[in-house]
Amino acid sequence: MIRPDADTLLEIVDLQARVEDKPILKGVNLTIKAGEIHAVMGRNGSGKSTLSKVLAGHPAYTVTGGSVRYRGADLLDLEPEQRARLGLFLGFQYPVEIPGVSNLEFLRVSTNARRMEKGEEELDTFAFEDLVRERLQVVQMDPAFLERSVNEGFSGGEKKRNEILQMALLDPLVAILDETDSGLDIDALRIVAGGVNHLASPENATLLITHYQRLLDVITPDYVHVMAGGRILRTGGKELALELEDRGYDWVDQELAVLEVA
Amino acid sequence: MVAAMSNSAAVAASTWVTTFLERLPAPAGELEAVQWRGREALSRQPLPSRRQEDWRFTDLAPLTALAPVLAPSSAQVGWPEPAADVFRLWLDAPDDLLNGQSLPAGLSILSSDEVQQALGHTLAACNCEQHWPVELNQASATRVLALRVSGAVVPTLELVSQAAEDGVMRPVRVLLLLEEKASLKVLQIQLGSGCSLSSLVMEAHLGRESTLRHGLLALGEGQACFLGHLAVEQEPRSQLESVWASHGWALSRFEPRVVQVDGEATTSLKALQLADGQQLVDTHSRVEFRGPEGQLDQLHKAIADDRGRSVFNGAVRVPRAAQRTNASQLSRNLLLSNQARIDTKPELEIVADDVRCAHGATVSRLQTDELFYLQSRGLSASVAAGLLKRGFCEEVLRALPAAAAAWRPLQRMLGED
Repeated sequence: MIRPDADTLLEIVDLQARVEDKPILKGVNLTIKAGEIHAVMGRNGSGKSTLSKVLAGHPAYTVTGGSVRYRGADLLDLEPEQRARLGLFLGFQYPVEIPGVSNLEFLRVSTNARRMEKGEEELDTFAFEDLVRERLQVVQMDPAFLERSVNEGFSGGEKKRNEILQMALLDPLVAILDETDSGLDIDALRIVAGGVNHLASPENATLLITHYQRLLDVITPDYVHVMAGGRILRTGGKELALELEDRGYDWVDQELAVLEVA
Repeated sequence: MVAAMSNSAAVAASTWVTTFLERLPAPAGELEAVQWRGREALSRQPLPSRRQEDWRFTDLAPLTALAPVLAPSSAQVGWPEPAADVFRLWLDAPDDLLNGQSLPAGLSILSSDEVQQALGHTLAACNCEQHWPVELNQASATRVLALRVSGAVVPTLELVSQAAEDGVMRPVRVLLLLEEKASLKVLQIQLGSGCSLSSLVMEAHLGRESTLRHGLLALGEGQACFLGHLAVEQEPRSQLESVWASHGWALSRFEPRVVQVDGEATTSLKALQLADGQQLVDTHSRVEFRGPEGQLDQLHKAIADDRGRSVFNGAVRVPRAAQRTNASQLSRNLLLSNQARIDTKPELEIVADDVRCAHGATVSRLQTDELFYLQSRGLSASVAAGLLKRGFCEEVLRALPAAAAAWRPLQRMLGED
């Protein structure tokens, strides 16, 4: 939902970053306001996953230029956990398995970290169980998954549902979903997308990072950005995604070639 | 120069033994003969040195810094109430071990004739009756808890020993004879603090189709040292599940020795050992299959932090007679500081040709991706690291007999109490 008077949540200006010695982001500009759903599309290696990890603060990436402001504060100055507590959420493309750590305990500790930051009271085990059981419905997840170790032995679809469950508990202001659709069959995709739609509100914003149009059939973006060579090459409405579906990415390569020569 | 130094070290070591022996009271009681033999052996045997392969990584300096004497105990410091299904014995009790309680159904005290016959039998079968830590125990232990196990014993037998006073030595000697089809759960709690020495020798003979679930929780503090030795003989179709966890001792060495006398038995060994500060924690295990179709499942986990040092040596012997043995051994280690050290060594001797023996060892730091995942959910780096450490420990600790929960092993081992 685009509203001209909405608050700006995230403002990325000329962001550049590298991993080891390899520059990946070469000047990304993107502004996200409350209520908006953005989709970033692009080929593998275009830099879209890197963008999500840099925003969340992954230690393997070094920011070499530009700035990111999150609700007016310098995001890049914050530790990953502070970003999360302030309402920035990254849904992982490959959620990490953590043997021996109970999913329920993990969800409770992370939910409380976010609640404390918002000035809400910590939830004890019982109050949290009530909350988590209610939120499980958002992703139609079996409560048995709460008793298992974090993501351990979960199928691809179960891991993604667990990500959206975390999003439902953490109540983020900006949710970045990195290839949440990858590895999902059509039913799982509907459930995950249904969860995302359910959680979208005029106060928060969503940044979908995706490869394919099919996610955008079930979540309607306000803006579609095409990324290539570490930059956003073009921005449009949802019709841009359809155009990509139609014409493929070849024209993006041509535009990028022109840009890099210049 | 080197020769001179090792000479003086040898002199210091022999002085330690001499002083230790001089301070022992005269041999007496039911183990008088064993004490005589142990003292004789100690006076002849040099203290283990790092020139011996078996002790290569294990410096006994924390032990020789102690001047332990036998002294009656009065302390039961920080013990939880025993749970309803637990039968607890205080192994350092000044008088009668049973202290007026009657043993649960299925357990009976061996007569002194039976003790005479059986004591040391399993040690000999495991080839370790002359092993130094065993002799140290034999030289000093004045009594033995010797039990026959018949049928299925319902309560968990909890055996607690605590060396809480400076300068004491607490030798514990246990003998268990499990009859055919008997089953027993044993939880041993070994606590030590101050400048104390805890010594444990336990023998168990598992008759055909019997089951022993054994847990050992060894928690030390300060300068306290722990030397533990477990010898188990397994008859065919018996099952042994032994889980041990150790942390906090200046020096801790545990030596489980298992012999499957005719194969066809099942052995499961799980261990967790933590070393931080300047601690050294060492496990030397040995499993020997003397007949076909035996099984071993062994998992050894360790965390070394600060300047701590962890040693694991896992010997598995599969001679020609042990065809169709199925053994696996895995050593997983977390190295959390640049000055910590981990030595892990599988030692498989396989002569039989039709066997499956898998082994593996990993040493790693906490995984960056796991840490980042937790941080990206609002957990601070230190909370995230703590959660990952807990996860690493839980896999072993949850295999301890349920009665162990009352002692809060995870909280105590990770210092969260």
